[in-house]
Amino acid sequence: MKAFVDSILSGVLLGSLYGLFASGLSLVFGVMRLVNVAHGDFIVLAAFLALAFQHVTGIGSPFVMLTILVPLMFVLGYLLQRAVLNPALGPDILRPVLITFGLSVIVQNGLLQAFSADSQKLQGGRIETASIPLGGGLAVGTLPLLTLAVAVAVIGSMQWVLYRTRLGRALRATSDDLTTAGMMGVNTPHLFGIAAGIAMVTVAVAGVFTGVRASFDASAGPAWLIFAFEAVIIGGLGSLWGTLAGGIILGIAQAVGAYISPAWQMLAGHVVFLVALMFFPRGLFPRRSE
Amino acid sequence: MLLEVSNVNAYYGDFQALFGVNLHAEKGEAVAVIGANGAGKSTLLNAIAGNVTTRGAIQFNGEKLAGLKPWAIVTRGVTLVPEGRRLFSSLTVEENLQMGAYARKGSDWGLAEVYELFPKLKERARQPVTELSGGEQQMVAIGRALMSNPALLMCDELSLGLAPVIVQDIYATLGRVRERGVTLIVVEQNVQQALKFADRVYCFQEGHVTLEGEARKLSAEDVSQAYFGKRGAA
Repeated sequence: MKAFVDSILSGVLLGSLYGLFASGLSLVFGVMRLVNVAHGDFIVLAAFLALAFQHVTGIGSPFVMLTILVPLMFVLGYLLQRAVLNPALGPDILRPVLITFGLSVIVQNGLLQAFSADSQKLQGGRIETASIPLGGGLAVGTLPLLTLAVAVAVIGSMQWVLYRTRLGRALRATSDDLTTAGMMGVNTPHLFGIAAGIAMVTVAVAGVFTGVRASFDASAGPAWLIFAFEAVIIGGLGSLWGTLAGGIILGIAQAVGAYISPAWQMLAGHVVFLVALMFFPRGLFPRRSE
Repeated sequence: MLLEVSNVNAYYGDFQALFGVNLHAEKGEAVAVIGANGAGKSTLLNAIAGNVTTRGAIQFNGEKLAGLKPWAIVTRGVTLVPEGRRLFSSLTVEENLQMGAYARKGSDWGLAEVYELFPKLKERARQPVTELSGGEQQMVAIGRALMSNPALLMCDELSLGLAPVIVQDIYATLGRVRERGVTLIVVEQNVQQALKFADRVYCFQEGHVTLEGEARKLSAEDVSQAYFGKRGAA
């Protein structure tokens, strides 16, 4: 029983990481109906950049690297959106998907060139092995718990921006009706750039926490993209708390699968995703207006 | 002259929707644009608002509008209340109104002024707009446009799908808006309503202006000829 509770607990904590993966994907889809196939590769890119900055600056903690990585990824997201993705947006939804697919190939091969195919890991220090006892022989790792706290903080902040600020109101209005938002004074190409920048901030955070938790290589992106996708679809498109819940459900499914048999870990996650898609095609927590 | 549209052609891809249209509005005037479905009335408003590709000159306050993006045009003081209202469906009434003020300059119209004009909206400020009746939604659409502080307010088919008594109310309110110095262009299919409200009327047919004149001087026959008659005969 204790082992089962333990695996549920670790599933929740792992799932919060998936929620973090998915939050940027969910925001971008919600605002501009853009499916970013390169999302996972950008998370890997962020992890590699943190590694490189650590090497260059000589600072031990990868979390400190976020102070450089967050603004850098925001700018990268903004520029990429304005220069590459905005021109592709339109009634044909296949075009931007193909372009992000191309970006995925470019990022993967660029990372392969720059960092080789070797697996890498960010060294988080003592926090990686630290844990907090819960009593009854149960304990949670400090790093996974911190990941959950950060995921809640990131998604909470995004939610606050969306529902409590002028920028957020414009993002929601643009999501409802792009043309009319433009007529109300919203410079929509600029706004899309900002949304992509915010998504890249979540990517930076996700990259560092994933890189500390597990090893990664240049080709890890697509697997992470799948988890992000599954979290978004289970949670409901365009709903951020739903996305976190979707990630946690996916994490629990994987943990329970692994508890039954290690071979079932990934399979159980995909099965739960398929079941959710069959019975709740709009996700468990769809947006009110959809 | 506040607005001057000279020899404007408008296009949807390869399809030409306006042919050499000339139209103007003086400051404080109310201008009505009438015509059958597909005559090009809405296209004209969308061309002025920057939503449609045009050739020709559109001058507002001495400044060229043609070629500017919609979000730049609204900051110049030109705002469209679009056909079908096109409210932001996941936003509340008040959030919709606030969206009108997104890029405004000046503050003649704030929430207080809009609520004074439409007291019903104040009671429903926190409700989703989808819960409102058609007439109330039209009020939100007008209020949202006013929040941008327009010098020129363009209204596309305000009366569409609304009960006559509500249409009366809405036009009475527009009269009050006009008293505050806002110039109005209304596109209407309801000719009676248009003639009653406007100073001057333009009639459109198949993308051409077939009639222009002062509303009170036009006879029903003139209008009917321009509206239904063979183009060029008017």
